Amino acid sequence: MGLLSKKDAKLITDPLADNNPITIQVLGICSALAITAELKASLVMGIAVMFVLGIGNVVISLMRNIIPSKIRIIVQLIVVAALVIIVDQVLKAFQYELSKTLAVFVGLIITNCIIMGRFEAFALANGPWKSFLDGIGNALGYAVILLIVGFFRELLGSGTLFGVPVLGDPIELTGVYKYGYENNGFMLMPPMALIVVGLIIWVQRSRNKALIED
Amino acid sequence: MAVNTDKNSYTILFAIAMVLVVGSLLAFTAASLKPRITENERMEKQQNILYAMGVNENEGTSREFISTDKVAGEFSKYIKKQLIVDANGGSKEDTEAYLIDVKKEQAKAKNGETRRLPLFIGEKDGKTFYIAPIRGKGLWDAIWAYVALDKQMVVQGVFFDHKGETPGLGANINQRFFMDDFTGERLLDDNGTFKGIAVAKGNNDPKNLIKDDYEVDALAGATITGDGVSAMIKSDLKLYLPYFKNLK
Repeated sequence: MGLLSKKDAKLITDPLADNNPITIQVLGICSALAITAELKASLVMGIAVMFVLGIGNVVISLMRNIIPSKIRIIVQLIVVAALVIIVDQVLKAFQYELSKTLAVFVGLIITNCIIMGRFEAFALANGPWKSFLDGIGNALGYAVILLIVGFFRELLGSGTLFGVPVLGDPIELTGVYKYGYENNGFMLMPPMALIVVGLIIWVQRSRNKALIED
Repeated sequence: MAVNTDKNSYTILFAIAMVLVVGSLLAFTAASLKPRITENERMEKQQNILYAMGVNENEGTSREFISTDKVAGEFSKYIKKQLIVDANGGSKEDTEAYLIDVKKEQAKAKNGETRRLPLFIGEKDGKTFYIAPIRGKGLWDAIWAYVALDKQMVVQGVFFDHKGETPGLGANINQRFFMDDFTGERLLDDNGTFKGIAVAKGNNDPKNLIKDDYEVDALAGATITGDGVSAMIKSDLKLYLPYFKNLK
């Protein structure tokens, strides 16, 4: 990669697999449970987190030498909250429809532990450019897991993908429903997100033994 | 230029500066965007009211409002009258009744003051629609609706919306497959007693062909949102009963 040095590129690629925020760092689980019942919500959440984490990491990194360590957590929280609220207000004024889709995510973004986790673990100790890459990388890793979980939950739970029916019509009994297949309503419940995440963790660790802790 | 960031005085100064900067930034953003946001909300209300009476751009199973540039004209074209109804069935006209905040009126009723009940009368293809705004609680936050009724309080169309229900579950109350089920459902029994419409589990009638059972089929995984819808219909639409009795 010409644009990024090897070390910088690693900041982006690492969180996608071997240091994934959800499956390895086990951060951001709460929002992963809450919104993965459909793919569209997973995608929107992924993009929103990428935006906030990318900018937030840069802001914190720029301030890292002047933040008093005693109140650093509060400072981080204020930065996230302010960013999210400003974005929300701007969207409400200029992109009203989109802001309605996002409304529910605003609270979830502020409390998302990935954001605080990356501020604390990375942005406070590194420069702005590296922090930016780390933010984007972690948000991508988060989005990938969200999309995988969302894919299975929406497909098996509702028989649709991005709201488009792919398995036929359950009421008119067309497609696979003709043969007695039924949607698994249980997939729509939050506990199933946890189980799907668990399965992903299992698959990932059995493929890469180095990730297994003693 | 190493600053000693561990000193108490520095911490306090930093905190004060941070609050001032962030606070004024937020206040500035909110104040400068307020007019646009209010305007958006006003247009949304008009879109929702028109949607309930069937003035929309739905195609197939999609849910499309009338576009924002047309909404003001369509609103004055279709909505013939806006009323404020009282609990005894009396009413008076108010051309800005649609701007009444149902949430505030509910709070008023709680404090023992009289609650103003907005009602919009629309006409389309020779049919008259009585559209009432209602509001209640879902699982996480507020839910609300605009219900278009005919003289007998039979539902002609609804629009539901919510502030923060779970995406993919409770949030689906604003989707066609849920809202369309209400059309044709009755609120009153043959004696004119108010029965309401319950969002019922049990898959008794998934295609919702039975229109006189005072029930619609529930959404999977959204029990509490569904209960909220039933409760809001029961408590808020009932208040309009005296008005409809006077119509006959």
